[in-house]
Formats: sequence, structure tokens, C-alpha cells
Amino acid sequence: MRVKHHLLTTYAMLVIGYLMLPIAVVILFSFNEPEGRFNYVWQGFTFDNWANWDAPIGLRESMITSLEIGVLSTVVATILGTMIALAIVRHHFRGRASSNVLVFLPMSTPEIVLGASLLALFIQQTGIFVIGFWTIFIAHVMFIVSYIVVTVKARLIGFDRHLEEAAADLGADELTTFRKVTFPLIAPAMLAASLLGFALSIDDFVITYFVAGGEQTFPVYVWGIARVATPPQVNVVASAIFLVAIAVALGNVLWQYRSSRRQRGAA
Amino acid sequence: MVETSTATADVTLESVVKRFDDTVAVDGISLEVPHGAFFALLGPSGCGKTTTLRMIGGFEEPTEGRIMLGDEDVVGLPPYKRDVNTVFQSYALFPHMTIAENVSFGLERRKVARSELKGRVREILELVGLGQFGSRKPRQLSGGQQQRVALARALVNHPRVLLLDEPLGALDLKLRKQMQLELKRIQHEVGITFVHVTHDQEEAMTMADTIAVMNRGRIEQLGPPQDLYEQPGTAFVAGFLGVSNLLPGVIEGPNAVRLDDGTIVSAHVSGRSGAVAVGVRPEKIAIGPAGDPAIGAARGSNVLAGTVSETAYIGVATEVVVETQLGVVHVFAQNIDSGRTIPPPRSSVTLTWSPESTFVVDRDDSAD
Ligand SMILES: Nc1ncnc2c1ncn2[C@@H]1O[C@H](COP(=O)(O)OP(=O)(O)OP(=O)(O)O)[C@@H](O)[C@H]1O
Ligand SMILES: [Mg+2]
Repeated sequence: MRVKHHLLTTYAMLVIGYLMLPIAVVILFSFNEPEGRFNYVWQGFTFDNWANWDAPIGLRESMITSLEIGVLSTVVATILGTMIALAIVRHHFRGRASSNVLVFLPMSTPEIVLGASLLALFIQQTGIFVIGFWTIFIAHVMFIVSYIVVTVKARLIGFDRHLEEAAADLGADELTTFRKVTFPLIAPAMLAASLLGFALSIDDFVITYFVAGGEQTFPVYVWGIARVATPPQVNVVASAIFLVAIAVALGNVLWQYRSSRRQRGAA
Repeated sequence: MVETSTATADVTLESVVKRFDDTVAVDGISLEVPHGAFFALLGPSGCGKTTTLRMIGGFEEPTEGRIMLGDEDVVGLPPYKRDVNTVFQSYALFPHMTIAENVSFGLERRKVARSELKGRVREILELVGLGQFGSRKPRQLSGGQQQRVALARALVNHPRVLLLDEPLGALDLKLRKQMQLELKRIQHEVGITFVHVTHDQEEAMTMADTIAVMNRGRIEQLGPPQDLYEQPGTAFVAGFLGVSNLLPGVIEGPNAVRLDDGTIVSAHVSGRSGAVAVGVRPEKIAIGPAGDPAIGAARGSNVLAGTVSETAYIGVATEVVVETQLGVVHVFAQNIDSGRTIPPPRSSVTLTWSPESTFVVDRDDSAD
């Protein structure tokens, strides 16, 4: 029994180590002081990269573009996706079943295919689309929407339909019912889905690369610069993103723990 | 509490029909619920009780017919414009709000002043015995307590009519009995008209002053519990409300029926003719040894001969199962002397009962 227990613990540690090693290297090399243009060999420890994180030309701009697109496309996709989920779950309309399936397509189609077809579409309609910021935005909204729809839909199906009827019964019109009952109940699902969507947006390279034109998001910038140099500041930004993600995840766990304690405890 | 019949009814249904695609859930229902009544819709699963209630509440629109609340035709009005409130079977308490917030939801929609609202919420929570639970969340309450909150949340608005869809269905037997009396007390106290849906005949009889027995989307019979029990109008009602013995026969005269074994019994035929079933409740039958002259044909009683096949002592009575030529007859004999005079199995007995306790219904060709 004890031996088995130890074996399991060791195994778990090994797996976690395997997962964490690349990230540890990224963080470690954000403190490196490389001699040449490539940050591949450990030379010495420094805080300079963190202090001057935006020294490489274009890095700051690409990061701002990434954040702008991430926030904008997540907000728009969350609103659109929630409305689609509400329509699919709450209303019977022609094409309900097929929209249920179509929503999955962006999730299951290879990104490279999506990126290429989107570019083909945008190029054919140059009268409407200028390849750049807004085409990236459109592409990101498209793939985030799927995640929002799927998550919010699951939540809507999970909660008692009579709750909305009860609200109407007590005198709430459709808008008030949504504001007071439906929204508070699906908000956690919307938040979880939009965090995931935001992360996907910040991270996306393949689709973005196709439809970016001259615009540079952070991943596109890293790809571009990697052929001539790898400034340690790239590691700094990557580490920072990782730390923010960790903080959000921890905050989420803490929040859930606290609210479940509040529900059980107060009596 | 029941007002005179000159006042307009609180709820009126006129030939209401509801079809879902090809199922007919409600098949032409007309009824009136007077102000202050405790009205029960009673019937087996799938007979259209919930659908009827949901049409009154505004969650379904009738395919045909009219629904009136007071003088107002409410067909087409959304639920939030109807002066009725519903207690849902699942309670449907808002899980993200406290009990007090749940209860004040309806008052807030009506823009009741903050100061008045607090008092009314406290008052109604007190009425249902949950005065100190206002700050809890619904999941921190037991099923019975949640049920009371659902009731308080609806009652606090003083609706014209309160609709209850099997509100006690999820409670255990003991709590259900307790809540039945409690509901009746609360209804007396607030004086609001209750329309109560249930498939439990005992519950309907305990609480309601008028019962509409439904079957297959129609009303079989409507009246006070006592009338339905003593003089059921159809075999379905006779079988659904309590136990009854139905003996096949043919109308013989204005007040006589010839049973299929040749026995003549007297009963109110009420204009029927041809093949019928004669009914009698098990507790109305006197049982005695065959040939006992004391029991015999005393003062025009109906008489039937049989053999005891089984007896079961059940405390308040002894159930005797008697084989007759017309089939099995159940008798509840009073245990006046500790049940010692009950004829033992395999003994020949004579059953007698008075014509007043006899009812006649059409033969049940639509047996369920
Ligand atoms: N939304 C719906 N769509 C289709 N058929 C329905 C719908 N609602 C009810 N029905 C059908 O209408 C009939 C009556 O249903 P209803 O819910 O009114 O029965 P009920 O008397 O309340 O039964 P129970 O005691 O089981 O709750 C049933 O045959 C049911 O299948
Ligand atoms: Mg029902």
C-alpha cells in the first residue's frame, strides 16, 4: 500500500515536471543576459530584460494590438454567443438543429483551413475588408463565439425552466426576467467561457497570420522576429502572460471555494 | 369565506381546448371558481391538469375557448399581466437570491414602497412559519421549508387567484398531511381563491370545497367532495375517489335494477336505461351470517349473498373480501367489538345496504 502510494506520488510529480519544464525554461531565460542576438544559451542573471521589457522595436505595439483584439473580440463574441445560445435553447425556429451543429464547426475545423479560407474570402471582398486589425478581429470573434455558445448553452439547459416562468408569474416582463434571473444564473458560465476565449485570442497564431496583413499581434511578432533574433524580452512578456493566467486561475478557485463555503456555512 | 353566487366568479373557463400538435391535452373544459373557494383539479397522470393550470397562469395559450379572471378575458395576456400567482411543483425558488429577496420579487415588480415591502415580507414569512429564515439561501432550507417559501412568495402579492400545481408532491407522507391542513388554514386566513392541482384523491378531499375530477382532458364530475363520494356520476369517478363495488345489471324500473344474477336492487336510476353498473361503498355494507333473519330484508334493504374468501384486520375496520356471483365485493366492517363478530373465511354471508347508499353509473366501457 505505502509503496504504491509513493509510486503514485512520484509519477504525479514527474508528469507535473514534464508539463512545467518548458515554462520554467521560458521564465528562467527571461532573466538571461545573452551575448548575441539569440537567447538560447545561459550567460548570466539580470533584471534588465524585465526593466526594459519594451526595448525591442515593435514588441510594445504588437502586445497592445493583441490586448485590443483580445478584449474587443471577446466582448463581442460573448454577447453574440450568449444570444445564439439563448435562441437555440429557448426558441424553436427553423434551422435550430443545424445551427446547433454549425456552431461546432469552427472548433473542429483545422485552423490552417479556416485561416486560408478566411483570407480567400477577405481578399475577394477588398471593397469591404481591409486586411489588418479588423479582419483579425472578425476571425477571432468567429472562433471564440463557438466556445461561448457551447458553454452558455450547457448552463441554460442545466437550469430549471420554471425559474423564468416564476419570474414572469411574479410580474417581471421579458427584459426584467433576463436581468434579474437568467443573466445572474448564466453569468459564471459566460465569464468562464470569455476567459477561455480571451486566452485563445491572445494565443492564436495560425488564423491570425493568414488574415493579419501588415498588422502584428504578439504571436505574429515573435514569429517574425525569431528568424533574425530572439530578444529575452519575448520571454519576459510570455512569463508575464503566464503569471496573469495563474493569478486568474487561482482567483477563480479561491472565489469558488469561498462561495461554496458561504453557502454551506452560514446558517 | 365563500361569497354568494351573485358575485362574478374569480376564474371562468368556457369550452377551453388545448392541442399540442396531435395530442389533445384539454378537450373542452368549462368551469367556474367562485371567490374564496378552495378548488381542486383532480385526475390521473396526463389528464391535462397542469395544462389547464398553465393556461390560467398564462404559460400556455388555449387553442379554443375563453379564460376569464373576474370580468376580464385574459387570453393573449402574458403571465406578468395576469393577477394570479403560481406555486410550482419544483418550487422554482431563485437560487441566487435570499429567501427575503425571493419573497419581495413580486412586490418590487409592482413598485411597492421599500418601507411597506419589508413589513409585508416579514408578515408573510411569519404566516408560513419561517420568520427567522429571511437571510438564508433556498438551498439551505429543507424541502418543506422551500415549499413554504414558494407559497409565501406567491401569497405576498395578494393575487386574485393562487394556482398550485401539486405543491406537496415532493414531500414525504407525514409532512404532506401536515401541510394539507396548514394550506387550508392559510387559505382561510388570507381569503384568496386557491386552484389546486393534484392526483391524490385524499388530498383533494381533505382540502378542497369543490373538486373537478378530470379524465382524458375532460371534466367527469364537479362538486363538493361529499357529493362526488356519495353519488359518483361515472364509473371513473366511483373508482378514482375511494374504493367502490360495481355490480353489473340492467335497468328494470323507475327505481330498480336487475343485477346480472337476477337479484333486484333499488336505487335512484336518474333517467338511465339499459345496461348499467350499480355501485356501493364498502363501508356502507352490513355483513352477517347467511340466513340471519335480523339482517335479512330489513326495511327494503338491498341484499346479496356470497362467501367470505379473505378477511384483513386493518385497525379502523376489518376488510372482508366476499365472493358473489357478480364478482368480488369489498366490505369494510366496523370493529365495534374488536372485530370478533366478523364472519370467518369460507362462511356463507348475506350483504345488505340501504338504497340511499346505492348509486347507478353507466357501465365502464372505457376502463383504465
Ligand atoms: N408542451 C407539451 N407538448 C406536447 N404535449 C404536451 C405538452 N404538455 C403536455 N402535453 C401532453 O398533454 C397531456 C396532458 O399533460 P398535463 O401535463 O396537463 O398532465 P397532468 O394532468 O398534469 O399530468 P401529471 O399528473 O402527470 O402531471 C399529456 O398527454 C402530455 O403528454
Ligand atoms: Mg402535472
